[in-house]
Amino acid sequence: MNVEVRATKTSAEQALAAAYAAARGALPGKDAIAKLREAAFARFEVAGLPHRRVEEWKYTDLRALMRNAYPLAPPPDAAAKARANKAASILGDVDCRRLLFVDGAFAPDLSDLSPEPGLTVGGMADALAKGDPQVSQVGKVFETADVAVALNTALMGDGAVIRVADGAVIKRPIHLVFAAGSEKPSAAFLRSLIVVGKGARVTLVEEHGSGSNQVNAALELAVGEEAEVDYFKITRAQGLHVASLLASVGAKAKFNTFAFTCNSSVVRNQSFIRFAGEGTHAGIRGVSLLRGKEHVDTTLLIDHAKGHCESREQFRSVLDGESHGVFQGKIVVEPHAQKTDAKMMTRALLLSDEAEADNKPELEIFADDVVCGHGATAGALDPGLKFYLMSRGISEREAEALLIQAFIGETIEEIAHEGIRGALMKAAVDWLSARG
Amino acid sequence: MLLEVKNLHVEVEGKKILNGLTLAVEKGQVAAIMGPNGSGKSTLAYVLAGKPGYQVTEGDVLLDGESVLDMAADERAAKGVFLAFQYPVEVPGVATMTFLRTALNAQRKARGEAELMTPQFIKLVNETAGKLGISADMLRRAVNVGFSGGEKKRNEILQMAVLQPRLAVLDETDSGLDIDALKIVAEGVNRLRAPERAMVVITHYQRLLNFIVPDVVHVLARGRVVKSGGKELALELEAKGYAQFADEAA
Repeated sequence: MNVEVRATKTSAEQALAAAYAAARGALPGKDAIAKLREAAFARFEVAGLPHRRVEEWKYTDLRALMRNAYPLAPPPDAAAKARANKAASILGDVDCRRLLFVDGAFAPDLSDLSPEPGLTVGGMADALAKGDPQVSQVGKVFETADVAVALNTALMGDGAVIRVADGAVIKRPIHLVFAAGSEKPSAAFLRSLIVVGKGARVTLVEEHGSGSNQVNAALELAVGEEAEVDYFKITRAQGLHVASLLASVGAKAKFNTFAFTCNSSVVRNQSFIRFAGEGTHAGIRGVSLLRGKEHVDTTLLIDHAKGHCESREQFRSVLDGESHGVFQGKIVVEPHAQKTDAKMMTRALLLSDEAEADNKPELEIFADDVVCGHGATAGALDPGLKFYLMSRGISEREAEALLIQAFIGETIEEIAHEGIRGALMKAAVDWLSARG
Repeated sequence: MLLEVKNLHVEVEGKKILNGLTLAVEKGQVAAIMGPNGSGKSTLAYVLAGKPGYQVTEGDVLLDGESVLDMAADERAAKGVFLAFQYPVEVPGVATMTFLRTALNAQRKARGEAELMTPQFIKLVNETAGKLGISADMLRRAVNVGFSGGEKKRNEILQMAVLQPRLAVLDETDSGLDIDALKIVAEGVNRLRAPERAMVVITHYQRLLNFIVPDVVHVLARGRVVKSGGKELALELEAKGYAQFADEAA
């Protein structure tokens, strides 16, 4: 007999089930979407919250971390919207098209919806409710059995639906701002869908400053052939933040992602990226800055489904205090994906003896003519370098700051957009100066 | 007296390296320290600069009569101590220009001086770099990253020229240099000779001293100075070798 015996449900699991039972009639979308929700919820019912015995969640035991489930966020009132609207952004004055989401709900009245050729922007809840044909792609960009994604699909509320037409060049970055509005702790299940047409170009920034709320965010991103897409995810979340990128990248595309995380309590950023056509160049990068008891988990599943693609995965984390950084990077090269060129490098800088970094790179290669490699390092600042700087008159604190900045900077320097690059470097410097 | 090293005993990881070293260097003087491998030359350089891990068990190091042993490396630098490293380290991600400016301004700040304005500073760096054959491209690159051995040594002299120390300690500055590079480095050092500045030139070989002519030569063996003399002492060592001192320090 092969029966999975589940332990008693935790209170968070029970609360999530109750939330789904109560909300299912009111959640946006009928027919196919309702079926998708049911199937996803059934998946969650069987598996429960992911825990440490689930390999992919080994270092981020959601069942233990999620003591309880907060109620679903109510639609924001005027006060909540006003609070969210004032939320500070790391991007500062970088010229962007801002779309505001308050406790997960799209706020069109506080968003820049000025028309632009080739660009369609709307809210997910609205699109699901209307049965907009675009949302037929929901759940299909990168299919996965991951339970966090299943939970998101079951309870998905609002988010962005963006379409960039074939050949369109979107000048300003599109800045999706997810901000906390309500003062009461709440949960939000955000779902966005972004479809970038053939040969189109766009820069996307998803920024979360979700207060102390529980957030489960999923973004489905379909990158068309020959498209050029730069996607940034900036996270400053004091609550529990689980985010999934589900991406499919077409042939000859140029695709870059950059995850910047700081001042966050518990973050799991998981990226599922499939190269669905040949000749793509991708840079999957990120920087995490941790202190105190913060926990940031970066998990990648990079699927080289087609050959002749090049991917570079580069992640750096700086860990102070008793923080815990996790990097799990799996690169899969499927049979016939010949001439794949994938290189993954992760480096953790430990500033304290109590900080912990777990690095788990994995390569699964089923093709024989490929170039793949990975490397991982974890260590303290080099005392020889520190002495060299100090021997020139630079104080110990300043020497450390300079070396940490350089460590982070090497990855941030790869960002093409000057304004965003500068804003992230500034955020890193601010984080460092708060170190005192 | 600018530098006084008095009966200095130093251990590294429990191993005794300096063994009652006494040395005095006057303002304006260039003192050569010569000695065989393992005599404690580099240890002396590191102890003067304040590298952690070197335990002083006895004796003192005075700069202008003030003990520096309790000062961290950056405090000593602000007091005017500079070490030109035998093996300059690569500092990825920190541009040479940024490094120089940060160092100079940190020292000026520690001394209660105003930070140097950028255009003046850039002019100073560019002029000095030009004389040392350091290109503008190298100044934009990360400190010593991808530099050849000779370029690294020239970069040390550039830093010395910008920081204008009162006591410069040059640790085997000639090692790994071909004759042309050696001449450039020596010229850079000679330009910095000044009545207010002392230099301690540490070298294994006499060759460097043809280009940087010392006022005095001290021979180091087994962790102490065993002989002192004029510049002719270096030539004598070149001819006779260090074997004659093997027993004297024992």
